[in-house]
Amino acid sequence: MSSYFAFFGDNAALLAELTLVHILLSVFALAVAVVLAIPLGAWIGHLHRFSFAVVSVGNVLRSLPTLAIIAIGLALYGFGIINITVALVILGFPLVLTNTFTAVEGVDPGTVEAARGMGMTGWQILTRVELPSAIPLISSGIRTSWVYIVATAYLATFAGQQGTLGDIISNIEGYGLSGVLAAATISILLAFAGDALLGLAERALTPTGLRLLAERTPAADAEPAPAAPAAA
Amino acid sequence: MSETTPTSRTGTERPAADIVFDHVTKRYPGQQTPALDDLSMTVPAGETCCLVGPSGGGKTTAMKLVNRLIDFESGDITIGGQSIRSVDVTTLRRDIGYVIQQVGLFPHMTIAGNIGVIPGLLGWSRDRIKKRTDELLDLVRLDRSFASRYPAQLSGGQQQRVGLARALAVDPPVMLMDEPFGALDPITRTEIQDEFLNLESEISKTVIFVTHDIDEAIKMGDRIAVLRQGGVLAQYGTADELLAHPADEYVADFVGADRGLKRLSLRRMREVVAGGDGASNGASPYADAPSVDADATLRIGLSTLFASGAPAVQVTDGGRLLGTVTLDQLQDAVAGSSS
Amino acid sequence: MTTAAGALDLPTQVIPIFEGPQCAPDQLFCWDWFTTNWPTILGPSLVQHVYITLIAVVIGLVISLAAALFAFSRSWFASGFLGFSTFLYTIPSLAFFLMFVPITGLSLTTIEIGLTSYTLLLLFRNSLTGLRTVPRSAVEAAEGMGLTPNQILFRIRLPLALPSIMAGIRVSVVTVISLATVAASVAPLGLGKPIFDAIHTVFSTELISAGVLTILVALVADVLVVGLQRLVTPWTRARRTS
Repeated sequence: MSSYFAFFGDNAALLAELTLVHILLSVFALAVAVVLAIPLGAWIGHLHRFSFAVVSVGNVLRSLPTLAIIAIGLALYGFGIINITVALVILGFPLVLTNTFTAVEGVDPGTVEAARGMGMTGWQILTRVELPSAIPLISSGIRTSWVYIVATAYLATFAGQQGTLGDIISNIEGYGLSGVLAAATISILLAFAGDALLGLAERALTPTGLRLLAERTPAADAEPAPAAPAAA
Repeated sequence: MSETTPTSRTGTERPAADIVFDHVTKRYPGQQTPALDDLSMTVPAGETCCLVGPSGGGKTTAMKLVNRLIDFESGDITIGGQSIRSVDVTTLRRDIGYVIQQVGLFPHMTIAGNIGVIPGLLGWSRDRIKKRTDELLDLVRLDRSFASRYPAQLSGGQQQRVGLARALAVDPPVMLMDEPFGALDPITRTEIQDEFLNLESEISKTVIFVTHDIDEAIKMGDRIAVLRQGGVLAQYGTADELLAHPADEYVADFVGADRGLKRLSLRRMREVVAGGDGASNGASPYADAPSVDADATLRIGLSTLFASGAPAVQVTDGGRLLGTVTLDQLQDAVAGSSS
Repeated sequence: MTTAAGALDLPTQVIPIFEGPQCAPDQLFCWDWFTTNWPTILGPSLVQHVYITLIAVVIGLVISLAAALFAFSRSWFASGFLGFSTFLYTIPSLAFFLMFVPITGLSLTTIEIGLTSYTLLLLFRNSLTGLRTVPRSAVEAAEGMGLTPNQILFRIRLPLALPSIMAGIRVSVVTVISLATVAASVAPLGLGKPIFDAIHTVFSTELISAGVLTILVALVADVLVVGLQRLVTPWTRARRTS
């Protein structure tokens, strides 16, 4: 136990350096996943078409074992930053994609019909009605995605990308169990810190009206309003 | 009320326009029978036309054709003489107020935000939008303090008032209403129906009002269009015409076997007593007969008559006795106007 | 050539990489190698991988269901258990596996402790959500008909919670398959073993073989769970045919 605490003091500079790279890599992978997933999910959710394709793509990508992606990547495009980034993006992308899609597609049809009937264009409906309503769910997708990516980024070492906390976590011979646990602790803290920061951003971005709506309709026992006949 | 004219001062003061359906047919892909079959009718400017009929009768389809939420193949619809196909669809919709059963308020916007959406998109100034919002809140009888609240904080009835206000924001000449009060409890529904009738008399709009409730149609509509399965127009006319002369068995069935009683709801005691003989005034033989307000419907009068067991009712207007009405007179009033 | 496990003196099976057939060292994929090594290395690894996964998911399911039933009426336990299992997910998996090595050694037990723990979050959360979101009307009707609380739990709530539970199983199965590859660097079992061997030798045929096999295992498992889900929850697909 004492060697665990001692490790932080003895290796402060190394830990700081590895942590920084670990953060940079994770943020970069998350950003790529988000930039790819949100427009795609939002657009398809808006169209209310191809939903089967999105759900299937999401499920397939989610099933892909990260280490297998890294292994195949090593054979196809070799060691390094590209390899680990691809693996982490594949890890984070489906969460954001399906959440964005589900949220946008799930916006109350009455609200969308009212917007259409009022003369809002498709783009206006997407940006002013659907996306603002989807923020909480999109955000939770991004937050989960972050937790997964940070906790998995140590695999960078196996992808031949040195410099992350994985250098310590995957080298128990060199640093001992206390070193591994120290590096893991930092990784855990990063996961929680990022989640908290994103949570703050979510609070700031979520429109007050939606929060009130969520408080009014508790998740449990919430039954959808009886659907009106589509065409009388 | 210090408001002299509740119609829009900050709106654009546009007169109502008539809506003409000209041989409109709508067929959904993959369906044998058309949803709407060769519909031709005219809704005169400023009037409310109620579309009634069974599920599958095409009433909602007919309404949604007007703001082109649904497209149609043959025939034409004109508003104020202009074909709806000659206008850009966005422009068309912004000129048409749209109210639906689910209300569809934007949950992330305040009440003011909801009402101000289209004015905002049209580039109105902040000031003008604010003034217009206050005006509209007055119009639908919501306190102005509601402006900063969110939809989740409102009851169903309040939400639908906001829905109305939002639809009226840019003072559109035409309004489409799809079972707007269908989700409300009976008391709230009656209340908001009465208020809408009131409001309609102050602002002149051409309204197409879809409902499955014939009583609501009789109450709200200047004219009623009864559609039948397959989107065929069974009859189009005033409530009185429909009740007195249903075009066929189907319409008679639809308006109900109690259509004679329903007709009683269409007229006021004032009309009967005024049309009756003034000679029966003076030393009334019915001095202890129960009294009924002049603005009450004949139905209320009849009910009062039956309940009291008296041979006649006295019709009063603010305490002043206008005259008496007997059972025979009531019967004549309904039977007479139907022949 | 030592893996983390090898360094800790676990008897590792030495894989004769270029056994038998003629494969050029710069070849991306050598089919001969695959067919030669399927019966001795790849096939057994795949079977091991499936076993490892099944054990973890079954144990995880038993624990989660018990915990969910217990937590159902005790919200303090629910939030506590949720917090604990959320915390597990933030731990880099390799570190988590290594943590138990001093106690349970470089063994299957160590791997299973880790993998089972990872299933808890998904399975517990989904079971609890499923139990809690049963329509109030169904429960009230059952109460009105005179079912006891236990009967309501096992005959009404549990079956109606199945779709949610199955969804949890689905995600945890693919998660365990993924994490089990990493576990091979602690105890050389499953498809992770050839992957790690190949990572250290950069032998592309083995990288691709083991990687693709792992992906196939995951995809097939996903499809199987969906099939099972449809089988046990027929009412979720019932639609009025009119």
